[in-house]
Amino acid sequence: MTVGTWILVGLLGGTGSVARFVIDGLIGERAGGPFPWGTFIVNLSGAALLGGLVGAAVSGNGLILAGTATLGSYTTLSTWMLETHRLGQNAQLMVAGVNLVASLLVGFAAAAGGHAVGAAL
Amino acid sequence: MLPTYDRRELAAIFCGGIVGALARTGLAQAFPATAHTWPWATFAVNVVGAFMLGYFVTRLQERLPTSAYKRPFLGTGLCGALTTFSTVQVELYQMVQVHAWGLAVGYTAATLAVSFLAIAAATAVVRRVRTVL
Repeated sequence: MTVGTWILVGLLGGTGSVARFVIDGLIGERAGGPFPWGTFIVNLSGAALLGGLVGAAVSGNGLILAGTATLGSYTTLSTWMLETHRLGQNAQLMVAGVNLVASLLVGFAAAAGGHAVGAAL
Repeated sequence: MLPTYDRRELAAIFCGGIVGALARTGLAQAFPATAHTWPWATFAVNVVGAFMLGYFVTRLQERLPTSAYKRPFLGTGLCGALTTFSTVQVELYQMVQVHAWGLAVGYTAATLAVSFLAIAAATAVVRRVRTVL
């Protein structure tokens, strides 16, 4: 990878992070309730899009920039786990469990669905 | 209608995201994985990033007066970009495609359990320090 590619990785990673913050905020303020819908939707959409890239056989620098840098930074595992942990600490065990299991299963389905769509393109 | 944003907060997230993305991409390039091997780079950034987020968020919320731009830079930007959900799901999908069932189940369980415990441990570390001081 060239220096230019690394610079793009950084800029796209920053952009993906800001996109996550904005979308999380827009969804969170409309959804209400204890379930972290913002992170959930961000992670599902990112998993579907990354599945689509891989399914469409995007590879090399294209996959690094659009996938690893942009979508990798757009989605987040640490916030998903932090929100699950805090829900558990607030005695909202059911919501915590649903958040853990639903994100995992629906996220997998999103990646698989995105892959199928990408492969069909 | 879009809410108004604090441009310096967005800039802090952007800068943190740059650092997180470069670190994660660098590790992914240095330690590439196939559908048949344990994705050490992704596993490591997710566990380390979870510990860091648990530490930063607990400390900034409960221990120190909130600085307006530390949380967006360190938490939303750095830890958010360092860790990744989409890559994990696509790695799992590729493991399932090649019928590496044991690897897929083990990777799922280890990622969830260890990153969750990392958050719990970081939270406990900060809170214990607070009660001692």
